[in-house]
Parts: sequence; structure tokens; C-alpha cells
Amino acid sequence: MQKTLKKYFPIFALPTLAAFAVSFVVPFAMGVYLSFTEFKVVNSSEWVGLSNYIKIFTTDETFLHSLWLTVKFTFVSVISVNIIAFLLALLLTKGLKGTNLFRTVFFVPNLIGGIVLGHIWSLIINGILGIFGVDITYNPEYGFWGLVVLMNWQLIGYMMIIYIAGIQNIPDYLGEAAAIDGATPTQVLFHITIPMVMPSVTICTFLTLTNSFKLFDQNLALNGKSPETSLLALDIYKTFYDHTGLKLAQWHGMGQAKAVIFFLLVAVIAFIQLRATRQREVEH
Amino acid sequence: MLKRVLSVVSCLTAALCIFTACNGNTNAGTQGNAGNATVKEIRYLNFKPEIAEVYDEISAAYQEETGVRLIVETAASGTYESTLTARMATSDAPTIFQINGPIGYTSWAEYCADLKYTELYKHLTDKSLAITANGNVYGIPYVVEGYGIIYNAKVLDAYFALPEKATDYSSVDDIKSFAALKAVVEDMQKNKDKLGIDGVFAATSLKTGEDWRWQTHLMNIPLSIEFENKGIDLTGDGYKTIDFTYAENFKNIFDLYISNSTTDKKQLGTLDVTSSMAEFALGKCAMVQNGNWGASQILGVSGNTVAAEDIKFMPVYMGIEGEENIGICIGTENFICINAKASENEQKAAEDFLYWLFSSDTGKDFVVNKLGFIAPFDTFEASEVPDDPLAREVTRWMNMDNITNIPWNFTVFPSIHYKDNLGAALLKYAQGTMTWDQVKTLAVNEWKSEFGA
Repeated sequence: MQKTLKKYFPIFALPTLAAFAVSFVVPFAMGVYLSFTEFKVVNSSEWVGLSNYIKIFTTDETFLHSLWLTVKFTFVSVISVNIIAFLLALLLTKGLKGTNLFRTVFFVPNLIGGIVLGHIWSLIINGILGIFGVDITYNPEYGFWGLVVLMNWQLIGYMMIIYIAGIQNIPDYLGEAAAIDGATPTQVLFHITIPMVMPSVTICTFLTLTNSFKLFDQNLALNGKSPETSLLALDIYKTFYDHTGLKLAQWHGMGQAKAVIFFLLVAVIAFIQLRATRQREVEH
Repeated sequence: MLKRVLSVVSCLTAALCIFTACNGNTNAGTQGNAGNATVKEIRYLNFKPEIAEVYDEISAAYQEETGVRLIVETAASGTYESTLTARMATSDAPTIFQINGPIGYTSWAEYCADLKYTELYKHLTDKSLAITANGNVYGIPYVVEGYGIIYNAKVLDAYFALPEKATDYSSVDDIKSFAALKAVVEDMQKNKDKLGIDGVFAATSLKTGEDWRWQTHLMNIPLSIEFENKGIDLTGDGYKTIDFTYAENFKNIFDLYISNSTTDKKQLGTLDVTSSMAEFALGKCAMVQNGNWGASQILGVSGNTVAAEDIKFMPVYMGIEGEENIGICIGTENFICINAKASENEQKAAEDFLYWLFSSDTGKDFVVNKLGFIAPFDTFEASEVPDDPLAREVTRWMNMDNITNIPWNFTVFPSIHYKDNLGAALLKYAQGTMTWDQVKTLAVNEWKSEFGA
């Protein structure tokens, strides 16, 4: 059996490996290579070394701004999404009436695509701001908080489901034992429930973190292309596509360099975060 | 474990998506090429999604007449440059594509074949419209368009007949200057209830991506006049810095637009062109700045209350001296190019197709009646113009005596980035968070920095 498996392994794995190489490894390697070049189309490029990377930190006006904005946005939404989702999960595991209905209702926004969500919220937010005679473009702060609300609305339902699964997996005897020992509900929450759902926390923070960091379509649909409210992904897109003319090749190279930095940031942050929360998980 | 499963699943989905997309594209046109030296197919990357279906008919007709298959791909609205960038890198690169003017030419110079000796160029009525460099011709305009202030003649006539009107003007022909336009517009705004409109001008849509009527089209007027007064040759380098001499005039008309409109000036940041055109179609306003392509957005709207014969153009007056002799803005940003990296046979086939489209009876019929182009070639008779009210208005203005129409010089605007930033600044000016001086400074400085001067 083992032998046959070994023998046929390449044949079975080959299609997947080929697909992986064609659609991930090759474009990724090309992308990294192109970030050191200036190019108009991807198959003819000119090597310029590190100059793209230097330019985006020195002459480019938008990169550092959107990087900082993205960090702020990610920070705010990771915290708010997870706290609200966890509280909802707690509430909906108490056996209240209509629990299933509420779970469904909270989950549904997650099924709507990003662009659609952006336009829906743009209507809602502008409808409300319209009462005060302004709209979301009036102040970049409005755009930022609008995006946070949108992100919460979209992600909370999904994270809530993961937390519910985590909470339901906690064996009943732990809670009962604690109750017999005279633990208050707060003590149960902090000493049993939260440590026991740490694996879910890992997954949820990971998902919200990367999702917020990579946010693109919601940003475009809600805030338009205004440089003041562009997060990193949108900034990369604009760098790549919104410049024409003589320096087109240079802008393409710079866009590519931004994308490589973007990838490194996402990878590093996700890695650190995974390590950090992993250590807090308990086995039972 | 769950994480690993998740990441594997997401990788696979991504892989699948890309795979299916690739397959979809490559299958499209590789048949019918077997073992024949003559070119059987040409590829065309179309810029205008609204007429994509017409090209399918053209393709069928051309194949029937000549046996050559025309494969038309259409870039979605606003994605032409990115689609072209992607397609040029493939083996199925388009043989025929288009650029948007001198700036587009610098982006794609090495892909543009010389068209000086093509039949199509020989028939171009106004040779100065073509994109030229070093005495060679790299882009041929294939459609002429015009824009200005579209007005509803019925509402204006109602105003001129109003007993309580406070101006002395009695017909549209009396409006020949900014002062006259301003007086009429402001008085109309006062009487808007009696005229049955919500405001004189449709909303000044300033949403990003929907603000080109101001940051591109309106901006073209002061800059074209500035270039002309300074004697700048647009084939040289002179346009790489601007003074924005007529900034105050731009402000005049922009203020007039945003203050006498259907919509409050603080709420313009989320409105799009379609909704402005719908306001005009539904009779909620009397004027809207746009071009002849907007005719379908007026007549095609359900509940449209504007009759075709009431849709007219007037020039955009902004108080620049001598403006009584200026007309509407007529030009093009559609220049057809042939891919210099395609084989010689393919280039020849592409030339033949273009000449067929703009000279044969079948082709011309498509151009005039289906594509709705005002084509700038002498193969077209004076009577062969599209049958829509604004296209007829454009030809009326083109043939008017003593009127100089303004060319489309926004083809030398540096980039989308520049236009977006200018649009954002105009929005802030409308909202009151930016002064006009700041807008002017930004317009001048960004221009310079985008050109790297």
C-alpha cells in the first residue's frame, strides 16, 4: 500500500502542483522581479535595482500616508470586530429565544460582496449626513469611521459563528465544577470561557487582521479614490493604473514595489500574530 | 489544522479562478488559423463598451465579405489602459487598439505603427487632428465629438416668455457672454418654481471617477485658450508647465454651476454623471454640461420629458475676452493605432479593415447609423451624420461662420492622477474646505510634478 502510494504520488500531486506553480509561484516570482524594474507590459522590463523602493519612501506622497491609515484602520477594526463578535456569541449561546434566527441575521451581511456593501453603506451614511447638509467626502474622518462601521457589519457575523463554535466546544463539566467552587459569572468568563476559546481567537484575529489590511473594494466603493481615505491596496492600484505618459514604466515599477512591501507586511504581521496567540491556547 | 485547510482551500480557489479565466481568453480566437499564410483574423481592443454589440455585427459582416475574422474585445468602462497593458503582454495582443492623445502616445510609442501611407490617413479631412511625431503618423482620429452646455430649449423659451423676468434677453441667441449667461441663469433660478424645475443646472457630480466633466472637460477651455494665447505648440514640450491664467474665469462658471443647481453644493461628492443626465431627462433642470454622447442618456431614460428637437448646445462662457466668437468644444480622444509588433501581414489586414469600415457602403452604414460616429473622413457625405439631436448640433456648430470651436486639448493632461486630484480639490472648494487660491496652486503644481518638470 505504502509503496503504491509512493509510486503514484507524483501522478496524483502533479496537476495540483502544476496549477500551484502556474497560478501562484510563477506570478509571485515575476512580481518580485518586476519590482526591481521599470516596465510598461510585463514581458519587457528594464532593471533599475532598488530605485523603485527608494522612490516610494522619498518622492511618493501617498504611500506612507496610506500605510499609516491602514495600520490605524486595522487596529481599530480588529479590536471592535472581535469584541462585538465575541459578545454576540456569548449572548447567542445562552439559549435565548430566537437564537437561530439571530445567528442567521447576523451572518447574512457576510454573504454580500464588497462593492455592493460599499454602495449600500454609502447610501445609508450619505442619507444620514445629508440631514446635516454634507456627505461622506466632506471630512476624511467620516470616510475612515464609515469604513470601520462597514467592516464591522460585514465581519462580525462570520467571527460570531467561529466564536459560537468555540464556546459550544467547552465541556459543560468545567463550568459546573467552577460553579460548585463558587466562581462568579465574571470569573467563569475570564478563567474558563476566554482561555478555552483561544483557538477561535487566533483564527478570528488572523482573519480580521488580514482582511482589514487587504481591504480594497469596500474602500473604493465607499470612499472613492480620494488620496486621504485610500488604504494601501487602493493606493497600490492607483499607483499602477492612474498614471500615464512618459513615466508610465516608472509608476508601474513603483506600484509593483509597493505590492511587494505590502506582501511582506501582511506576511510578517500575520506570522507574529499567529505566534503570539498560539502561545495562549490551552489544550484539554 | 483549520488554518491550514483554510489556506489550502483559498490557494486552490485562487488558482482555479486564474485558470478558468486564462482558458476563457485563449480559446476565443485560435481556431481557423490552420496552415494558411494569409491573415485570417485581426484583433481589436474596443474602448467603448456601449457599442460593443455593434462590433459583433460588423465582425460578422466583414467576415462574410472578406473571409477575415475580426475578433473584438471590449475593455470595461474606465479600464482601457489596464486591459491594454495586460493584453499587450500576451501572444494574442490586439492588432488594432486606440490611444487617447499625445500622452497616450508616449505610453505606447513603441507599439504604434506609422500610418502615414495608409488609405485611411489619406482620407482624414483635418490632418492636424492626427497624432504625429517626427513627421510620422501614429494615431488617426476616427470619431469627432463635441461638448458644451446642453440646454432644454423648451424651458428657456418658457423663461423668455415669463412676464416677471428681470433680464432684457429674449432668446438664447442673445446669450453670447458670461455676463449674459449669469444674469439669465440667476434669474431663472429665482423663478424655478414657475418654470417647473428644481434648479437651472443639473447636479455638478463630483464623485471620484464621475468628475471628468469638470476636471477634464471644463478645465480644457481655460487651458486651450491659455495655450493658444501663449502660442504653445502641443507637439513640443511647452505644455508641460501651465500658469492657469484663466483660473478666475474657471471659478466664474464653476460657481455658477454649483450655486444655481438642483443640489446643494455641499452634497456633490457622491453624485454621478448618470444621475445628472437623468435630472435633465426628467425635466428637473434646464441645463447640463456634457457632450453629444449624452443624447442616449437623455432620450433613453424612461419617463423622459425632453423632446429630441429641444436638446441643444451652447458654448461654455466663462468671461474670457473674445468669447462671443468661441463655439463648443469639438475634438476627439479616440485615436486608432495599429500594433507595430504585429506581423506585417496582420498590420496590412488591420489597415484594410479600417479602410473598409470608414469607406465601403456597408462599413459607413454601420459607422453612421449603428456606431453613431461623426467620422472625420472625406469618404463621408455631408448628409451622412448620425440621427441624434446632439450629433446634429455638433455639425451645426462645426459649420457655423465666424465661430472658432475649442479643440480637445485635455489629451495633453498629464494623468488620471492629476485629474483625480484636481477633481478632489474642486469638491473641497464646493464644500468650502479649500480656497480657490489653493485649488489654483494645486492645479499648477501637480501639473508640473506629474510631468516631472
